[in-house]
Amino acid sequence: MSRLTDAHVALAKEIIGRYPRPKSALVPLLHLAQEQDGYITRDAMVHIGELVGVTSAEVYGTATFYEMFKFEPVGKYVVNICGTMSCALMGSEELMHHAEQRLGIKAGGTTPDGMFTLEHAECQAACTEAPCLQVNYRYRYRLTPADLDELIDDLSADRLTHEIPPHGTVAKVRQHIASHRGVGALAPELVTESPAWLNGKAAL
Amino acid sequence: MSTTESHNEAEIVIDPNAVSMTINGKSVTARKGEWIIAAADRTEDFIPRFCYHPRMESVGMCRQCLVEVEGPRGPMMVVSCMTPVAEGQVVRTDTDTVKRAQEGMIELLLANHPLDCPVCDKGGECPLQDQAFSHGPGESRYVEEKRHYEKPIPISGLVFLDRERCILCDRCTRFADEVAGDPLITFTHRGNNTQVLTFPDEPFASYFSGNTVQICPVGALTAEPYRFKARPWDLQQQESTCTTCSVGCRTVVQSSRDEILRYQGVDSDPVNWGWLCDRGRFNFQSTNSPNRLSTPLIKTESGLVATSWTVALDETARVLRHAQPGSIAILGGARGTNEDAWAWAQLADALGVDMRDAQLDDGLPAEIFGYPNATIDDACSATTVILLAPDLKEELPVLYLRLRGAAEKKKIRIIEITTHDSGLTRYAWKSLQCEPGHQAETVQQMLSTPEMQEQLGRGSVVVVAGRSNLAEAAHHTMAVVDTIATTVSQVSVLPVLRRANVRGALSLGLAPRDSTDAATILEASANGKVDCLILLGADPLSDVPDADLARRGIAGARHIIAIDTFLNNSSAHADIVLPAAAYGEKDGTTTNLEGRVTNVAQSITPHATSRPDWMIAVELAALLNHDLGILTLQDIQTRITQTVGGFDGLSVSVAVRKNGVLVSVPPISPLQVHHDAAVKRNAYEFRLVVARKLYDQAIGTAMSQSLAALAPGAGVFVNPHDLERVGAKDGSSVRVSNTTRSVILPVHASMTVARGTAFVPFNQKGVDIRELLQTSNGVTDVQIANIS
Ligand code: SF4
Ligand code: SF4
Ligand code: FES
Ligand code: FES
Repeated sequence: MSRLTDAHVALAKEIIGRYPRPKSALVPLLHLAQEQDGYITRDAMVHIGELVGVTSAEVYGTATFYEMFKFEPVGKYVVNICGTMSCALMGSEELMHHAEQRLGIKAGGTTPDGMFTLEHAECQAACTEAPCLQVNYRYRYRLTPADLDELIDDLSADRLTHEIPPHGTVAKVRQHIASHRGVGALAPELVTESPAWLNGKAAL
Repeated sequence: MSTTESHNEAEIVIDPNAVSMTINGKSVTARKGEWIIAAADRTEDFIPRFCYHPRMESVGMCRQCLVEVEGPRGPMMVVSCMTPVAEGQVVRTDTDTVKRAQEGMIELLLANHPLDCPVCDKGGECPLQDQAFSHGPGESRYVEEKRHYEKPIPISGLVFLDRERCILCDRCTRFADEVAGDPLITFTHRGNNTQVLTFPDEPFASYFSGNTVQICPVGALTAEPYRFKARPWDLQQQESTCTTCSVGCRTVVQSSRDEILRYQGVDSDPVNWGWLCDRGRFNFQSTNSPNRLSTPLIKTESGLVATSWTVALDETARVLRHAQPGSIAILGGARGTNEDAWAWAQLADALGVDMRDAQLDDGLPAEIFGYPNATIDDACSATTVILLAPDLKEELPVLYLRLRGAAEKKKIRIIEITTHDSGLTRYAWKSLQCEPGHQAETVQQMLSTPEMQEQLGRGSVVVVAGRSNLAEAAHHTMAVVDTIATTVSQVSVLPVLRRANVRGALSLGLAPRDSTDAATILEASANGKVDCLILLGADPLSDVPDADLARRGIAGARHIIAIDTFLNNSSAHADIVLPAAAYGEKDGTTTNLEGRVTNVAQSITPHATSRPDWMIAVELAALLNHDLGILTLQDIQTRITQTVGGFDGLSVSVAVRKNGVLVSVPPISPLQVHHDAAVKRNAYEFRLVVARKLYDQAIGTAMSQSLAALAPGAGVFVNPHDLERVGAKDGSSVRVSNTTRSVILPVHASMTVARGTAFVPFNQKGVDIRELLQTSNGVTDVQIANIS
């Protein structure tokens, strides 16, 4: 199972440099690992521990706190159907049944071709657009079963890759933080002035 | 303050840190910064708790310790384990509100608790069980299905975890991180699924794992050696001292039906703070081992055969009587009690024995006690600690915990002078790595840099001195200790010789005379000058660094008498073997590395016919017409206090107290230091470092089935660059040779070893590196060749 690639190690080091303490970079690096493999591999956790100077157990403890980190392979598209009040009133249960039948899996399962993982989600804060779902955490609103079929068709044919990248991808455009904009590898208690780029705006 | 002035009220000195408060209406004096629960612990009023532990940081995890504190807006509920005391504070632990809170917390904790007390090892000594009775509602309203997990999963070879029982108090995980520095168990997952786990398939491989079992307030963590062995109410217990190494941790020995079943740590403030290492905690298994010697053995044509004590003692007396004057030698004595050592020293005196040494050429000369002495507490509160010692994590584990804790809390600065990274390297302020043989240069350099001079001038300096490398002469360390002791002011020395009672044995008469140490004695024996070699719990063939010397010494002795608990490599060559009582089978006192005398207690009857060493000495003396006038252990203790300088303040009643009593050491003749010039190493060679790991083939470990498998096995560790240079692969075999001999060992890459240095763990299963060690050389250089 894979450790971080060389390119990702370089990026990881840049990310670590943005924080006062290396281990603060733990969660961003876990995202990086999930982006690389679609889920977080055991080796990636060991590798991250080495990079930030904590034990693998500590990486594991932090990582498993977050539902959005996966430790088993998941589908290229993770479909989260909201089941909380507003969505439930507006037909999310039917939507879930439909999805289960259409994909041939139960909520929590992954299709044999590795394309879809179906999950039951709690309120996604889009109640006004109920019933809603997310695919790789990108919203789809007010769905009917027919809309769902269409969505699955499009995803299966990889027609939506421009807006829905494979699971694990945090953003299509990687944010670049210039090194001078980070706090840098300085312990918080040693930071006496606000960063230069704030230009005194910190007083606000 | 003058003592002659009259005492009037006005003169009472007020402690600036004292705080006065009330708990349930009674006034209590507390210390500023102390938690309410700690202050309450000195009163009659018990505050229930699960997560609070006086030796760890408070985390307020369980909320069981809620109390009411009067505030400006009336009484307020606070967690007493995280609320500091304050002047005039009014605390109540007994109101209805507090009671309701306590009951509520217990009910919540029990909601998911399996309540399998009848099959739980903790039942009968379980804080959850006890406090559910004393502070719980008595009934649960929770009828839903409880949380389920796979029943106990092993998280290491020694510890099992039952997650259903866990109440998530964070004691084990906090201990692992905060006290042991091995954060290998941690909370994982979230909410209702929160659970303690290791990294998948990676064991909780900590030398201190047993402590988590002891402090777990429920039966979630159990230790493999004790699982389902006994019920707490069936255990008898005796407070005692661990004599596995010379830290001398305070323990309680628990037994049932004349079998030792468990040790638990006892909190001794100057020593172990309640902690034990796993080796000390679990090696009671060796006492119960079926391989123990049961009867005396005597050599016949068909080898060693069982005989009676009468025959064995008569025969021993005969051998001793017929020995040429000056040809009797005694090696060992550090394994026994003070009383054992003293009795044997008396016998030795009576027989005119000049050849004696409680060490086996694997420590430092007894002159190390000649410097101003430091205690463990002195080291943990010094401004600077200089380590010239073996890896304390491997050899004196709880001393490592104390120093690590002090360094982590920034109380001390550690300067380490070492040949390879040790357990304390990451906590050291400065770790100066040097090749064996170059300590003197490194220390000189250190003493001359302004930064170091400034640091060493800032306050007290404690030098922790021990034998860090068995492939290097001990006098190298003695020389640098001397340099530091004579250059730096406010310096004291904490000698870290590792065998349990080595300090006691050396102080009570088993120290070498006129530098006739173990190596000299074995050499004499090899030259036919020893008629009778007495091995008092000593195994030179396994422990003397120079294997060849040990072999020649054992072979050259005309007669060998071994007093031991097991038949070991050396006693197997004896003419007479006398079975000795083991730890837990005899009373007495022991002296730890700082000179603290505490008691060891008898918990069970000695195995089979075995007897304490002192009794054997007394009987032999009588048979040889040198009546020592000793009938009981108390006689010996009285004689020690009367006759041994430094031990005069000692009485057993003092030693039985858990902190024991510090003795001063009898005056030691001045040290003769000789400084060797550093020996250069050829570039193609490696300089050898041989040192112990916690688990090796030592008899107490090898005979404890739970520990034996933890020994890493023989191997040679080199820097990854060197491994490349040798052209070998990790795990493949290499030939390690000096000018005359060679051994074949698996090689491993290790970043903790400097380039040009080869590290080999001592006394491991497999090929014996001691074949390459020669004490006559100051250092040992070897070549390593790839043979695969
Ligand atoms: S295993 Fe025991 S010590 Fe560890 S968190 Fe659970 S209850 Fe506390
Ligand atoms: S550190 Fe030494 S004395 Fe303490 S428990 Fe371990 S072996 Fe025993
Ligand atoms: S209930 Fe579905 S988004 Fe809020
Ligand atoms: S003992 Fe205070 S919160 Fe646990």
